[in-house]
Amino acid sequence: MTNISTFFYSIKQGVKNIHRNRMFSLASMGTITACLFMFGIFYFLLSNFQFMIRNAEGSVGVTVFFEKEVEQAGIDAIGNMLAARPEVDKIEFVSAEEAWEKFKEETFQGEENLEASFGEDNPLADSASYEIYLNDISKQAGFVKYAEEIEGVRQVNSSDTTAQGLTSFNVLVGYVSAAIIIILLAVAVFLISTTVATGISVRKDEIAIMRLLGATDYFIRAPFIVEGILIGFTGAVLPLFVLYFIYNKVIYYVQDKFGILSNILTFLDVSVVFKNLVPISLCMGVGIGFVGSYLTVRKHLRV
Amino acid sequence: MAYIENNPIIRLENVSKTYPAGTKALQDLSLTIQKGEFVFVVGTSGSGKSTLIKLLLKEIEPTSGKIEVNGQEVTAMKHKQVAKYRRKLGVVFQDFRLLKDRNVFENVAFALRVVGKSNYTIRRQVPAILTIMGLGDKYASFPRQLSGGEQQRVALARALVNRPPILLADEPTGNLDPRNSWEIMKLLDEINKKGTTVVVVTHNSDIVDAMQKRVITMKKGVMVSDEQKGGYSYDKH
Ligand SMILES: Nc1ncnc2c1ncn2[C@@H]1O[C@H](COP(=O)(O)OP(=O)(O)OP(=O)(O)O)[C@@H](O)[C@H]1O
Ligand SMILES: [Mg+2]
Repeated sequence: MTNISTFFYSIKQGVKNIHRNRMFSLASMGTITACLFMFGIFYFLLSNFQFMIRNAEGSVGVTVFFEKEVEQAGIDAIGNMLAARPEVDKIEFVSAEEAWEKFKEETFQGEENLEASFGEDNPLADSASYEIYLNDISKQAGFVKYAEEIEGVRQVNSSDTTAQGLTSFNVLVGYVSAAIIIILLAVAVFLISTTVATGISVRKDEIAIMRLLGATDYFIRAPFIVEGILIGFTGAVLPLFVLYFIYNKVIYYVQDKFGILSNILTFLDVSVVFKNLVPISLCMGVGIGFVGSYLTVRKHLRV
Repeated sequence: MAYIENNPIIRLENVSKTYPAGTKALQDLSLTIQKGEFVFVVGTSGSGKSTLIKLLLKEIEPTSGKIEVNGQEVTAMKHKQVAKYRRKLGVVFQDFRLLKDRNVFENVAFALRVVGKSNYTIRRQVPAILTIMGLGDKYASFPRQLSGGEQQRVALARALVNRPPILLADEPTGNLDPRNSWEIMKLLDEINKKGTTVVVVTHNSDIVDAMQKRVITMKKGVMVSDEQKGGYSYDKH
């Protein structure tokens, strides 16, 4: 039985339930707020780290050099082996000539005399290489090891310290946040369940009367589900507001304090992060509310 | 009383109810109530009168036997059908069972909200039934501001606002003084004259004797008499 009047009546009763049951409702909302605030912070950190790593990845690559005696065919074979690895995003062959040109460009910077003194000699004659870009920076160490063991490979260079550091910090933050979020999630579901159960016991007489008057299970249960969903929704909106206002402040503070690292510390725009965070948070809040109240209603309004 | 044709609206066939504790509240009760009848159910305390009402409301299930109401077999009914079934039964109790935090209007409107009626319908039907019950000026009062008789009239208005074909009353005058009891009984009689089948459980011997209706007398779960134009006579049995 779903019609407009019943729908609005259920919502109104749900709001009333929250009001009647203020203390519990507030505690539940507070827990969800804390939970989703944590989640929000974690999400901001994660997406910004990923963003920074992706920026860093642009300049961080793995360079693979070959033994002197390796022929072009061997080089091609090594290239194929490397390209076959799933973590390889892009692989580029840099010939000795190209390497020399690049070096000259970067080093001499228009000092024609110095450049001319080399004549047609190429001091980097044996420096043909592959420049490899990985799609997942955390797989870099493994990849380097693999490349080093290929026959004909003389040396593998990688400048990985920043990226690696960021990655392991990332993982740590992820674990700790996930643990806290899961605990808070459980507490939130428990509190909502308690809130709704209290509401049901307070309205026991009313529910008995409703039954006698021919109310359907849906009609009896709906206000409590609405109560749970509203608590969850409110609990989700609150941290989003707070995060929105503090995000830019924090970025400004960090960039101000750690100006030296400004080329690493690049941040995403708040709107980019919110585009995903808002729907995820709202779904989580509403989901917690729904699950908490639905389970309770199932248990206490057994028919 | 108007002529009542053979058109059973409530039928019990060999109904027994034994509570889990072992109490035999009803034993092999067979009983037919015709559409449009007014029936008193009397009997000593613990004789099974409320048990009968609860069975009709499908609050409890009989241990054995068959119950038919409005042509529906109550005993075989699925849970999903119960809500709709109950809408065909108005019910009042000794303790009124009003919602204390809602005023008279909202208490009566509740019966309509529960069945999903629109605000438009509620605004039309609630004042109408309150006027019939003589509560036209009390719609904004809360139950605690009303006398027992007034509260029972609110309960009656709530039971009737959906225009059910059957009204069940379990000791509706149990908490009322004689004057208020008479008022409620007169209202029940009027409702019956408009076509509603009325079943009233009562201990009020004066009223039963005076009204000259069908009287079913219960004793220890057994029907000991069933008389047209009967009196309150269980002491004889
Ligand atoms: N839920 C129950 N569990 C166990 N026994 C019950 C239950 N309800 C009623 N009984 C017993 O069943 C018998 C009939 O009870 P019932 O309430 O039908 O009597 P009654 O005729 O309505 O009495 P009264 O006039 O006092 O209201 C009594 O002995 C009572 O103790
Ligand atoms: Mg009783």
